[in-house]
Order: sequence, then C-alpha cells, then structure tokens
Amino acid sequence: MTEFFQSLGMSYEAAWFTATIAGILLIALPVMLAVAMVIYVDRKVWAAINLRRGPNVVGPFGILQSFADALKVMLQETIIPSAANKGIFILAPIVTFTVALAAWAVVPFSAEAVLADINVGLLYILAISSLSVYGVVMAGWASNSKYPFFSAMRAAAQMISYEVSIGFILVCVVLFAGTFNLNDIVRAQEGFGLGFINAYVVHPLLFPMWVVFFISSLAETQRVPFDLTEAESELVAGYQTEYSSMAFAMFWLGEYANILLMCMLNALLFWGGWLPPIDWEPLYAVPGIVWLLLKGFMFFFFFSWVMATVPRYRYDQLMRLGWKVFLPMSLIFIVVISGYLMATGHFGAAA
Amino acid sequence: MIQTFAFYLFAVLLIASAVLVIMARNPVHSVLWLILAFFNAAGLMVLVGAEFIAMLLVIVYVGAVAVLFLFVVMMLDIDYAELRAGFIKNFPLGLAIAAILLAELVLGLGAYRAGAFELGTPSGAAAPVLDRSNIESLGAVLYRDYLFLFEAAGLVLLVAMVGAIVLTHRQRPDGARGQQNITKQVRRNPDEATVMKQPEIGKGVEL
Repeated sequence: MTEFFQSLGMSYEAAWFTATIAGILLIALPVMLAVAMVIYVDRKVWAAINLRRGPNVVGPFGILQSFADALKVMLQETIIPSAANKGIFILAPIVTFTVALAAWAVVPFSAEAVLADINVGLLYILAISSLSVYGVVMAGWASNSKYPFFSAMRAAAQMISYEVSIGFILVCVVLFAGTFNLNDIVRAQEGFGLGFINAYVVHPLLFPMWVVFFISSLAETQRVPFDLTEAESELVAGYQTEYSSMAFAMFWLGEYANILLMCMLNALLFWGGWLPPIDWEPLYAVPGIVWLLLKGFMFFFFFSWVMATVPRYRYDQLMRLGWKVFLPMSLIFIVVISGYLMATGHFGAAA
Repeated sequence: MIQTFAFYLFAVLLIASAVLVIMARNPVHSVLWLILAFFNAAGLMVLVGAEFIAMLLVIVYVGAVAVLFLFVVMMLDIDYAELRAGFIKNFPLGLAIAAILLAELVLGLGAYRAGAFELGTPSGAAAPVLDRSNIESLGAVLYRDYLFLFEAAGLVLLVAMVGAIVLTHRQRPDGARGQQNITKQVRRNPDEATVMKQPEIGKGVEL
C-alpha cells in the first residue's frame, strides 16, 4: 500500500505513515463490525441450542439487534461511582479495548494482507494477550467495590495460569514450523498431513496440543465454562458491575474482539490459516481470507456451543486444570515433540 | 523523521513514567506507571532492532511480574499518614544511597569514556550478525557458545524455585485435610449422592 500512496506524489515516510494508518482502519473497522455481528450469532446459537428464538425483532431475523443495543448503550448516562478511583476507572475499558484491537496487527488474513509481517509475530500476540488482564484488574480495583475486586483477583490468577500453558503449546507449534512469523507458520502447514492436508492438527502429536490450546483459549478469554470473573450467581457482573454506558460497551467489544482473535489463532496455528483445507489446485482460486474467516467462524461456533452446553467450573477446579493437568502435559509434549523432530530429521529452519 | 520522533516520544515517556513511579502517592498508581515505563522501554528496544528482547520484556515483566506486583499492592491496606511519618527518619539513609548511586554512575561513565576494558570475551562474539533474525542469533550464542553457562543459570533458577517452595510449603498435621480429591468428586453419581425418602405424615426423616 506504501507504493500506492507514493504514486500519489508523497515522500516515502509520509506514504508509509498514511499506508499504516489506512491499514489499521482497514483491519479495526471490519473487526468492530464483525464483533457486532458475532454477538448476534452468539445469541442465535445459544437460542437454537436452548430451543428458543433468540433476537428476532430488529431488522430481518433480528440481524440489527447488536446495533440497536449499541445505540441504547451510547445514549445511557455514564455513571462514575463517587468512591471510585476516577482516572483508572475511566482508563480500564480503554485499555481493554485498545489491547484487544492491537493484537490484530500481526494476523495474516492472506499471504499479503497483513499489517505487520514481523519476525516475532507469535510472541507479539502472546505479549499483547498478556496485557489484556490489566483492563480487568484496573476496573476491579478502581471500582472500589467488593465484587469487582474479587473478580479482578480471579482474573489475574486465571490469566497468568493459562498463559503459561498457552506459551508452551505455542512452543510446540514453533518447533514444527521453525519460525515465529505467523505467515511462515501458515506456509509451513502446506501439504503437511499425508502430503495433501493443509493443517498441523492432523499430526498425532499436535492434535492433543490443539485440544489443550482450544480449552486454554476459552479460559484466556474468560468464556464459559471458565467465566469465573463475571460469574453472575456469585459476583453480580464481576468487574463490570460499576460500569454503565460506553465504558460497559467497550468492555464487551474488547471481550468479543479477543474471542475472535483466539478463534483466528486456532485457525492460523493448527488448521492451516488462509490455506484451503486440502492441497488441491482449484481450491487456491478462493481468496485466502475466505478460508481464514470460514475456519475462524467455525471456532466461534464451537465457542458458542460450549457456552450453551457446559456448566461453570469451580475456581479450584480451574486452577487444578491449568497447573496440574495442562502445564505438565504441555511440558511433556515439548520434550516428546523435540525428540520426534530430532529423530525424523525435521529440525532446523528448513522444517 | 518518524524514527527520531518515536525515539523522543518513547524516551520522554519512559523517563516521565519512571519519575512518576516514585512520585505517585498511591502504590497502585506507582505500579501502573512502572508498567508504562516497561512498555516504553520495549518500544525503545524495537527501535534499535532488538524486537525479540522487546517482546520478552513485555511478556515477562509486564505480563507476569507486574501483574503479581499489582496483585499484591492492590490488596495492601495503606495508611498514608504512617507512610509520611517514616519519611523524615529514613531521609538521611535514602540520601546516602542516592549519593552512592550517583557516584557509581559518574564513575561508570568515566570508565566507559576511558576506553574498552578487556573482559576476555572470545573474539567474534561481539561481531554483529546481520543476516539472521534476532531469535536465531540469540539462540546461536546461548545454545552453542555459552551452552554450559546457560544451563548452569537454569539450574540456579531451578534450585531457587525449589527452595522457595520448600520454605513456604507446610505439611498439614492431620494429613490431607482441606485438599480436594478430584477423582472422588468426579466418580460421585446421583445414586450415592441422593436418597429418595417418602416420610409418613407427621414424622421426620432419619438420615
């Protein structure tokens, strides 16, 4: 895109700057739109599983429900509790929202459509997702209220615990791909399974890691069955209790943007990203972004499915699963996978 | 131009937030300023091309260490008047430490200006490796040239970790009280957990 702006007569630096801004908008705005639609899909899927109708009033099939909700929330009064720590109280939803959008910078939508094709893409995502806990913790502390505070402490412990096992699972993928660049990880999956399946997940050593990664991403985004931070039967609404109006909406947008990101990561790291599922020439005629979105939304459906069918975990069960099951398991798999790659000669940058 | 602008932005924000870490009255604000300082330091690392170090800084310090700081500091019940009272008493000590640090800084800068010091590093170790990415060159140095030292450092950390666990672990006197037995919980089924009783009218149930 830089070349295009340069052809308009800009200097290289100005063109780069404009191109980056344009790229950010090109990613952020569709993500926001996708979030609105995905909330609607989420509610429809729960409704279908619960034998209800779900939103069906606003627009055809209720498709404009999210926009109606957004409008309602925007017109509400912003209430800041008098005992709250004002600055941090306002900053918390902004942090959640910004961090959720920032991670999208390195997501490759197709071989070329990526804003920042950096060498440490996967580490960048890990770094950004470890930041998302701050929004929750700041909101919980600044609200100066009991339930949000409990929620903040739960969130901090939960996200640190599951980040550890997510980190080790990512190491397994990196061992196979030999790179931290997300685009190269996707390319490494071309024809990986039996020479014609474009996905890491078909490998018997990586399939269990994908299952662990999927469950960890549920925990990382605080979805059911791990939504202990906003367990409504225990904590009212968790860290969002004292929030209203746009601040509340920003928490929601950030949360769903994070969920979508985790779905995309599942697709990119284990299911071939923007590659078609099977290494067959005519399938490459379909643009990569279509494949990525199809895969991503399949995982979003899984997320909703889990939400509608599984009861909430107890907090000690959550911690046990993270530290005593997933962490040892992913550690063992790192050793086994390294050994396997050494034995089959797939190590090094060429793998 | 953008690089210069970004450098001054990161540098100024880094120094400003570092100052605010010690100036902030509320310890939670201090930790948040510290996080901003870490973040700007990571930005500076990216500017000099050390993107791997920058990401590690964010993951390790911002993502884990600072969260634990915040976790602990949030739960402190602080009396500000009491904090203020200790200030005068500890002021001379603080001043002395500050003077020592300043002297060391000046000395260090002077020594740096005086010329390189022979540390006995193998030749070629300092040569920049430009054709490889950060991660590859770091890996080559850590796992090939300094493998033994690297593993020794890992061992020291392991011992420290085991030590911390041993120090804080306490055996409960009456066996495993207060611990969850997950297998037992999972294997519980409705047949043994619930009883159907049909008490006669006017009589209670004996369990």
